[in-house]
Amino acid sequence: MQLATDDASRVDSPEDVSLLRRSRWTDWWLTVMHDKKALAGLVILAVFVFMGLFAPLIAPYDPNDMEYEMLAPPSRSHLLGTDDLGRDLLSRIIHGTRISFFIGFTTVALALVSGVFLGLTAGYYGGWRDHLIMRYIDLQWAFPNFIIAVYMVAVFGTGIFNLTIAISLAYVDDFARLARGMVLTIKQEPYVMAARAMGASNTRIMGTYVLPNATAPLIVQATVSVSYAILAEAALSFLGLGVESTTPTWGLILAEGRSFISRAWWVGVFPGLAIMLTVLSINFLGDALRDFMDVRETQDLM
Amino acid sequence: MAILLEVTDLHTHFSTPFGTVKAVNGITYTVNEGETVAIVGESGCGKSVGALSIMGLIADPPGKIENGHIRFMGEDLLTLTDEQLRRLRGRRLAMIFQEPMTSLNPLLTIGRQLCESLQTHLGYTRTEAVNRAAELLAMVGIADGGRRLKQYPHHLSGGMRQRIMIALALACEPKLIIADEPTTALDVTIQAQILELMKALTRRLNVALILITHNLGVVARYADRVNVMYAGKIVETGTARQVYALPSHPYTLGLMRSVPRVDQARLQRLIPIPGQPPDLTRLGRGCSYGPRCDFKTDRCDDESPSLVETAAGQCSACWNTKAVADSLGGGS
Repeated sequence: MQLATDDASRVDSPEDVSLLRRSRWTDWWLTVMHDKKALAGLVILAVFVFMGLFAPLIAPYDPNDMEYEMLAPPSRSHLLGTDDLGRDLLSRIIHGTRISFFIGFTTVALALVSGVFLGLTAGYYGGWRDHLIMRYIDLQWAFPNFIIAVYMVAVFGTGIFNLTIAISLAYVDDFARLARGMVLTIKQEPYVMAARAMGASNTRIMGTYVLPNATAPLIVQATVSVSYAILAEAALSFLGLGVESTTPTWGLILAEGRSFISRAWWVGVFPGLAIMLTVLSINFLGDALRDFMDVRETQDLM
Repeated sequence: MAILLEVTDLHTHFSTPFGTVKAVNGITYTVNEGETVAIVGESGCGKSVGALSIMGLIADPPGKIENGHIRFMGEDLLTLTDEQLRRLRGRRLAMIFQEPMTSLNPLLTIGRQLCESLQTHLGYTRTEAVNRAAELLAMVGIADGGRRLKQYPHHLSGGMRQRIMIALALACEPKLIIADEPTTALDVTIQAQILELMKALTRRLNVALILITHNLGVVARYADRVNVMYAGKIVETGTARQVYALPSHPYTLGLMRSVPRVDQARLQRLIPIPGQPPDLTRLGRGCSYGPRCDFKTDRCDDESPSLVETAAGQCSACWNTKAVADSLGGGS
């Protein structure tokens, strides 16, 4: 048995130090490049983001121009056809990317952060914090998410900002419950006890031991929620509780197209397709992210 | 030698729907600087709870330290605030757990876990911490530390992980390490290696060690002194040599007779201890070992014995130590 300090095993150069943390971004990029599905997801999302950013430049027509033939099927001049008011569908979908993506990602980000914060606090500390938070979450859980969103909008008023708040609040409970459940399991792990025995503080244990080990299901939940949020925005807009009906959003176009589905399938199908592609891409990327986060999948660095 | 840890009349109870479990029911012992003290007993006798009480890691609720004092380096640990206690943990007091397979965070590299402790407790810079971590790995007999630091726990075997745990425990040069059955989850061939390592390192660095185990063989070889626990109490205490040569409590005797020994004839039958340990929610007035004891007298039913010196440095909580001694003298 070797007890003497072995100088050969010392880490000599500062460059070696940085190797303790491999560059996460490089790794993430490599993972995506190797994963065909993730790559496809990334490309599709990139295209949508590009479309959203440069909508006025890309869109062939003004999305609110009502001067074309009504409910015209896809043709050379209107690639995706027109809607019931004679507006160019392609232009509307391109413009709609903005609102739909903004709502989809912002609401989930907000719901994720606040839900995880609540769930982590409740699960980790237990006691009165747990009771207080979880009784509120239970209350919210008792109502369908959509009803809560409707209620919030009714209270705060319409508009894109209020809509974002309303939808994120409606999804907080999903994340809080999931996070709390994970925390309760992970809290029992011997490595948490070991960390406490090493003198780690509560915040450190939560931040570096509990939360990172709970990410996988949270990522899955987040990817699913993005699609729900896009649809929730659609539903709220459809009810007149969202953005103004002149503002094109995928959900709104889809909702309008519903009425003509037998006569003009394109009005409903194309925005639906856009939503589907987005959700699919996010799920692919989410899967890759989850695999990437799980270091147990990494190869030995020998 | 200076007294490092002094546990006095420690009571740790857990409230459950079925009543109060008196897991630790008045234990008193001391640990000197650099000394290895073994705590022996069967499952559920309060060994681990006693250790966790010292570390301040008893979950409250349901657990609660009802009574007693734990003086460590001149401070009563039970009067410290959570924050003060947290600063001691890992710095002055360290603990090694039973399951090396799950005692490391699966998502952090070995290096990060070692450095984290060095950086928080000793204020090392990242580079200093990494160098020290590599040194520690070499110290616990892990070759090629530089590479190991970058690996994740799942890249390592159980024995390796327990070595890492030892390195973690030693990282900040604590005064006392509590090892809670450190070898139970390991391969038999690794067990001796790990214990030898712990023994050598604690001796070299003058760290006191509380070795919690149910393995008497381990005690005989590695401990200076032994505390035998039964039903939340210490029933016998003495030097390892004394307790081995002349056990003075029927329970210790029972434990020794129920494990095979190399110095005895192969065909000799092992004598198990009859019955089950008592329900810790319903401890009677009498001696808790009474119902399982060969030496039981009427007095044992009525009065619970306390530790009485039977030889210099050896104490036993039994009314009938004479009968126990006679039975040994009679050749067993």
